[in-house]
Amino acid sequence: MAIVEQEDAPLELESGESNQITERPLGAFTRPQGSGGWRSWLFTVDHKKIGIMYGAAGLLFFIIGGIYALFVRLQLSRPGNSILSAETYNQVFTMHGVVMVFLAAIPLGAAFSNYLIPLQIGARDVAFPRLNAFSFWVFLGGGLFLLTSMFIGGWWENAPDGGWFAYSPNTGVLFSPSKGIDFFAIGLQITGIASLVGAINLIVTILNMRSPGMTLMKMPVLTWMLFITQMLLLFAMPVISVALFLLTFDRLFDANFFNVAEGADPLLWQHLFWIFGHPEVYILILPSFGIISEIIPTFSRKPIFGYPFMVFSGIAIGFMGWGVWAHHMFASGVGPVAVAAFSVSTMFIAVPTGVKILNWLATMWGGRIRFTTPMLYATSVVAMFTIGGLSGVTHSLAAADSQQTDTYYIVAHFHYVIFGGIILGFFGGFYYWWPKMFGYFLSEKIGKMSFWVMVIGFNLTFGPMHILGLQGMSRRIQTYSEGQGFDFWNLISTIGAFLIALATAMFVANILISRRAYRDGKTPDPGPDPWDARSLEWMTASPVPEHNFDEVIEVERQDEFWHRKWGKNESGQVVRRATAEEVAHDGSNTNVHLPSPSYWPIFAAVGLPIIGYGLIYNLWLCVIGGLFVLGGLYGWVFEPVDDPNAAGHHHDDDHEDIDGHDSTENHENTSEEVPID
Amino acid sequence: MVMILRKTTRTHQRRCPLTDTAIDQTSNEHSDGDHGSTLGVSNDKLGMWVFLGSDCLLFGGLISTYMLYKDRIGPDDLGPEEMFDIPFTSVSSFVLLMSSLTVVLAITALRRNDIRRSRIWLLATAILGAIFVGGQVYEFTVFYREGLGYTTNLFGTSFFTLTGFHGVHVTVGIVMLMSLYIQSMRGKLTSGQSEKLEIIGLYWHFVDVVWIVIFTIVYLFPQ
Repeated sequence: MAIVEQEDAPLELESGESNQITERPLGAFTRPQGSGGWRSWLFTVDHKKIGIMYGAAGLLFFIIGGIYALFVRLQLSRPGNSILSAETYNQVFTMHGVVMVFLAAIPLGAAFSNYLIPLQIGARDVAFPRLNAFSFWVFLGGGLFLLTSMFIGGWWENAPDGGWFAYSPNTGVLFSPSKGIDFFAIGLQITGIASLVGAINLIVTILNMRSPGMTLMKMPVLTWMLFITQMLLLFAMPVISVALFLLTFDRLFDANFFNVAEGADPLLWQHLFWIFGHPEVYILILPSFGIISEIIPTFSRKPIFGYPFMVFSGIAIGFMGWGVWAHHMFASGVGPVAVAAFSVSTMFIAVPTGVKILNWLATMWGGRIRFTTPMLYATSVVAMFTIGGLSGVTHSLAAADSQQTDTYYIVAHFHYVIFGGIILGFFGGFYYWWPKMFGYFLSEKIGKMSFWVMVIGFNLTFGPMHILGLQGMSRRIQTYSEGQGFDFWNLISTIGAFLIALATAMFVANILISRRAYRDGKTPDPGPDPWDARSLEWMTASPVPEHNFDEVIEVERQDEFWHRKWGKNESGQVVRRATAEEVAHDGSNTNVHLPSPSYWPIFAAVGLPIIGYGLIYNLWLCVIGGLFVLGGLYGWVFEPVDDPNAAGHHHDDDHEDIDGHDSTENHENTSEEVPID
Repeated sequence: MVMILRKTTRTHQRRCPLTDTAIDQTSNEHSDGDHGSTLGVSNDKLGMWVFLGSDCLLFGGLISTYMLYKDRIGPDDLGPEEMFDIPFTSVSSFVLLMSSLTVVLAITALRRNDIRRSRIWLLATAILGAIFVGGQVYEFTVFYREGLGYTTNLFGTSFFTLTGFHGVHVTVGIVMLMSLYIQSMRGKLTSGQSEKLEIIGLYWHFVDVVWIVIFTIVYLFPQ
């Protein structure tokens, strides 16, 4: 690749600066002004604000998806219940799965990626700030589009009802005549665009915008794990896009991809879906792995044990994640050779995951552990994920899996890894980075209480499902009859679900209470580095100033910030060299030129859901949506690169870029980001 | 790959300024100081490479679908053997491949700051692409007249979807090329901005390579 870039150089460029054109394009397109109020959020291109919006939207969708789950649990709380009709039940559990996976877990991961990657690599922003804003608004539009299926055309008439993996031919018009699957396919297509654009952006950011000296093997483990996540998204998203295109064309234009009468193969969908779907599992879990790899060393006061093993086991998971998808299909007749091969590869992928568990334990071993709320969450992730991982290994044995398929045992397994591994990790991340993001602590007291309620509630909810599954309770049944032996554990499970809801409510209350307490001056100011942490994001003020760092940080070692604070004396003891306040930037540098906000990302993003409604209801709407997208892209292209009034402006307009009409092909100029003059 | 990139970048930055290549120019042009570009490639170009990597999987999925379905037709149905006009498609494929040459000529002309030639080659590339798309539209029309519609059978469905997606990619490329051409006519495309054309050139080459794969697998294999 490098060689390709080195083709002959234009010699004129030695003096070529005169070639630059300084004329300003179309003055009508100005940049938004002002930094306060709702506008500062709507038109922002700041990766921190976008990260916070991702987090807020993800939490909102998490709560909505949780409410769906409560209805499912209420329906199953006793035999013969009729709170939800069978049709509604199908829609509610489908929406629960879709919302939790695509609208809660992925964006929460994106929240941490957006906020922390530039900070951890010492950059001022992501590579393509406007593209970053675009990807958030596209995600939000796609998510709301999906949610409107609840009430468009009647209350719970048109929501998707095919389960989150939407197996064909069950999702064909013949078997699913409502508009639900159309909403599913188009909504996920839209959020997929958001993920793909975000992945391109963050990969380029990590590869190309690291601080001087920050080699790949000096990056924090979190950045590494998020990098692998984005690589997986990059290559998995087009596969689900293909599957969703085929499904959409089948439903809207009478194509034959899943038309069994014409000889179509229903397994095509399963293969395409799970080739995306299994990497997706790691897309969800790796951010959480990264988060606890930051929390555990900080609160054990030890560097991460076996950093290269941590990194390479993550890479190994990233690669092997592509070779295990058919273990979701053991019962669908893929043949003995495939079953054997995927069985073995599934057992193997437990190895790098086991390496990680071991390394976390070894990091804690002999450390001076402080059990703060983030640390409690992080350790619980290690424990709960191990349980989920072990039940996962039982699925890799094809013979056993054939018995477990489509029972509650599966449901128990993936909730242990997704809730116990991912959601608990994200909550730990919230408590850990909250002071950095917002400048005040979340209350430890409420935090620890809600932690215990959540972990107990979680185990009460999903632990009994192992038993129910092994007793033979099918997944996705709307109800069961008395005397099957399912009553007791289902009731326990429902009680547990409400405890999780209580814990989530306590978390939300904690935000409000802690914020008020801080405003009233009752809680201390966290300062730049409240936890005595190790990575670069703590080396600047809290909350992080808009320009991130006052000056470019020269990185010499892994855990650079830690080594600036601590050193060894002659006898080899660790002693403090400097306080965090001395080392950290105070955010006082105001002479930094930052990318200006822009109207166009949100403008272009609005068009996509409109096109979605158009495809389902009236093709004319597609024209309107298309105009939004086109107009947005052209506005994007022709808008001045930077606010002319901004301090330190010294750009010509050669970054004005031409553009394809495919949203993923926008390139933005890199130089919206400028070091201090 | 990353390591190699870094290495070459460094040596080039340190050595003789005359041989300092596109790498350095782009990083000078696009980033100010140390902070802009770790790999020495501009973000825009790296972004395009990353996107193309992703696009490979899109076509991978579509081609697999086609391979799975191309023979699943009834005994009297229209299939690949009946439909394809190899000489015609060979000519239009040749036209598309030539457009890869013209885009390279446009890039080198632009680097030499030979604006007039770069415009000619740019326009030639877009026209060749348009001829290809026109050929595809013609081919689709013929197929439809002969009785192979989008919904006729699995072969029709998967063939039109695969080649249609490729056609849309070419069309997007033409739009990008024409936008550049218009910019050039407005006098805003000079050697300083040759990277823009290079990036679109990357996309254009990719679309061509994909067509080589599709042409081989879809048109030539069944023969």
